[in-house]
Amino acid sequence: MSTAFADVTASDSTLRRFLHGLPGVDAVGLEARAASLGTRSIKTTAKAYAIDLAISMIDLTTLEGADTPGKVRALGAKAVNPDPTDRETPRTAAVCVYPDMVATAKEAVAGSGVKVASVATAFPAGRAAIEVKLGDVREAVAAGADEIDMVIDRGAFLSGDYMTVYEQIRAVKEACGTARLKVIFETGELSTYDNIKRASWIGMIAGADFIKTSTGKVGVNATPPNTLLMLEAVRDFRAQTGVQIGVKPAGGIRSTKDAVKFLVLVNETAGPDWLDNHWFRFGASSLLNDLLMQRQKLATGRYSGPDYVTVD
Amino acid sequence: MSERLTVFKTYKLYVGGKFPRSESGRVYEVTDAKGRWLANAPLSSRKDARDAVVAARKAFGGWSGATAYNRGQVLYRIAEMLEGRREQFTREVADAEGLSKSKAAAVVDAAIDRWVWYAGWTDKIAQIVGGANPVAGPYLNLSTPEPTGVVAVVAPQESSFLGLVSVLAPVIATGNTAVVIASEKAPLPALSLGEVLATSDVPGGVVNILTGKAAEIAAPLAAHQDVNAIDLTGAGADLARDLEIAAADNLKRVLRPQPVDWSADPGTHRLTAFLETKTVWHPTGSLGASGSAY
Repeated sequence: MSTAFADVTASDSTLRRFLHGLPGVDAVGLEARAASLGTRSIKTTAKAYAIDLAISMIDLTTLEGADTPGKVRALGAKAVNPDPTDRETPRTAAVCVYPDMVATAKEAVAGSGVKVASVATAFPAGRAAIEVKLGDVREAVAAGADEIDMVIDRGAFLSGDYMTVYEQIRAVKEACGTARLKVIFETGELSTYDNIKRASWIGMIAGADFIKTSTGKVGVNATPPNTLLMLEAVRDFRAQTGVQIGVKPAGGIRSTKDAVKFLVLVNETAGPDWLDNHWFRFGASSLLNDLLMQRQKLATGRYSGPDYVTVD
Repeated sequence: MSERLTVFKTYKLYVGGKFPRSESGRVYEVTDAKGRWLANAPLSSRKDARDAVVAARKAFGGWSGATAYNRGQVLYRIAEMLEGRREQFTREVADAEGLSKSKAAAVVDAAIDRWVWYAGWTDKIAQIVGGANPVAGPYLNLSTPEPTGVVAVVAPQESSFLGLVSVLAPVIATGNTAVVIASEKAPLPALSLGEVLATSDVPGGVVNILTGKAAEIAAPLAAHQDVNAIDLTGAGADLARDLEIAAADNLKRVLRPQPVDWSADPGTHRLTAFLETKTVWHPTGSLGASGSAY
């Protein structure tokens, strides 16, 4: 990647010129497109397919100060076996925890194929020295994390210091080794769609395996328009370079209806190649219960309730 | 002077403290006792029922956790608000049930009084059905009634207002939340009651009012795993049987239909129908010279 974009990343000014030369985002058009794709009616067999696909794409997440090993083990058990009353239910893609919980999570999902993702780089603010961030990443990788979710330095990005953002992503990617890297932009803090687009390209050029909307810790998290914009970015990037990059909306996706809307966006924008948990993920916790309740509804014909899924 | 244009009222559902149209977009024609068109009412679908259950479940924590005294105040407030709209309800009940104005007024007065009656019961029912139990051991043993949860109510078909109030008030008085299916033939007084509830300090979602075909809406409610009880008062014999079978799946409390004189003293059986008894055992050792445990 670095070779294809060597001229772009040669200096601060070439990078800036490239990012500011990207076509501007038509905000009204983007929102209208996201809204119109959200009106698709997905029923019966297509809905059953979408629900199972969405379950298999979840990064089941717990990122609280109050996380305990017991809670992480419970989360792991749920990821491996989401609905104990129906063993046909697919497993989630991964569990997502803080670095100090990686070893516990790894043990909880051992042998199941469920991955362990860890947030790192002074999540969620990202306000720490680069050495601290890299130490955070190395610790998570050493503990066995299969995937690393890093946050970009929004302060540097917003002050126009794109090169720092780029170089930090590069450094983290290197520290990841074989672990896949998800780069979180915290779209709610980037103010404009143009900024989200620029951040997406910095992430992709710097070698991200996934670009991810948000931490889930701020007011505005994943929305259909910002996810649509990022899907367009990965589509364009593959068309240009042949390299496929994943997308992960996170935060605020709570209902099956929302999740299905995102899947429609994926299919209509990036295409069916992305309809796989290797290339698309949901960062969520409560979404899984709603998907399971809808799954039970389809199976039995009667509405289910929160008493029939685990409390987490 | 030009003639005023008629302002028609759009009757809408009452769900989660809001007034939505049916999710299905459907309506049906409501006529008075003589077959003259009165208005269109929403023809609710099973998705409206689902949304109403979600709203009722959301409201349950706050409403069941409110003090009984506070619930009594809120129920009394409903009576106060109804008193101010007595004329409107008298007209709607007269149209809906084909009563004379004076008879309809008597029905509305009885309905208002019923709210007051149940408002008084909110903080007294616990003394009637709960209390300390004598047990053979060194324990203080206390029983208290707790609300069952989300209650689906098939309101009476004939008594569109007094009957409705008589089945709804006891459900919410004890801290349950309700999804009510109004009389199919005469739904307008129920929909107007929604407007009264919205301005009576009743938290949104505590009462949800749906109109349409009882069979269509009640079936998904009876089968719904997040509904804890169902009152079948307004269901015909065949429908009631089917609903009771569906309700057995998650062991819902079921109140079977029975002939009721709505103008008579209601008693407390509707209050106790949707209560669960919680009993607490507390070790005391023996107290006093008699050796009594409590």
